[in-house]
Amino acid sequence: MLPEPTLNTYLALSAVLFSIGTAGVFLRRNLITILLSVEVMLNAVNLTFVAVDRFLGTVDGQIIAFFVITVAAAEAAVGLAILIALYRHRETLSPDAFTTLKW
Amino acid sequence: MDALFFWLFAVVAIVSSVLVVGQRNPMYSVLLLIVSFAALSGLYVLLNAPFMAVLQIIVYAGAIMVLFLFVVMLLNVTKEDEGNDPKPRFVIGPGPRRLGAVLAVVLAVQLIWALRTIADAPFMADGVGTTVKDIGLRLFREYAFAFEATSILILVAMVGAVIIARKDR
Repeated sequence: MLPEPTLNTYLALSAVLFSIGTAGVFLRRNLITILLSVEVMLNAVNLTFVAVDRFLGTVDGQIIAFFVITVAAAEAAVGLAILIALYRHRETLSPDAFTTLKW
Repeated sequence: MDALFFWLFAVVAIVSSVLVVGQRNPMYSVLLLIVSFAALSGLYVLLNAPFMAVLQIIVYAGAIMVLFLFVVMLLNVTKEDEGNDPKPRFVIGPGPRRLGAVLAVVLAVQLIWALRTIADAPFMADGVGTTVKDIGLRLFREYAFAFEATSILILVAMVGAVIIARKDR
């Protein structure tokens, strides 16, 4: 039978998801996919909060995860607005195309 | 039974997240990310956090991902711009990308190694104060200021998004 999940199992799953998100941010060359990878990372962190919350028997972790979700919504809105403005400017979504600030 | 569901949701979450990162078409990425969020929502149910599970579906899968879908359809970018690198190479790509892949693997190994050094901790017994009522009371008492600050943040983000994405400047 499958092993019963413990706190460590949840934290390991969260670590794997976070690393997948990190890899996405580094590997992809599309700003939309990079934003999606950031969402994957935020979700991994949320899973940690909720799992530790369950372990400690409190609700504070869930409340922080709630704030993470709201901040993620704000981040997605502003990020996508910037993305639209950039696309209008350069007709591409490759992060390599936006190097004006590079010295 | 819980163990079966945990492993099911965990595998679905990991596989769909890997596919989100691996897809070339952003449209598929967004749809796969919704699958990943649904799996995480199932994990929240297993963790005795039904409020977070519902929030995950309504806010994340329902609102934020629709926003992403709208932008993907609005910009109509179905292919990734590869620049002057005609063949996409992940592990043996140009410097920064190769380094990024290595760093991600190192991060995963490090995190899991760190978890192995601490003792395996089983969860507490069921039904320890995590009802929606508890969350609501705590949210509007101890975290009332943070809650109000978040509402201002959302308002500012909304105004900012409209101004940034505006056509005439």
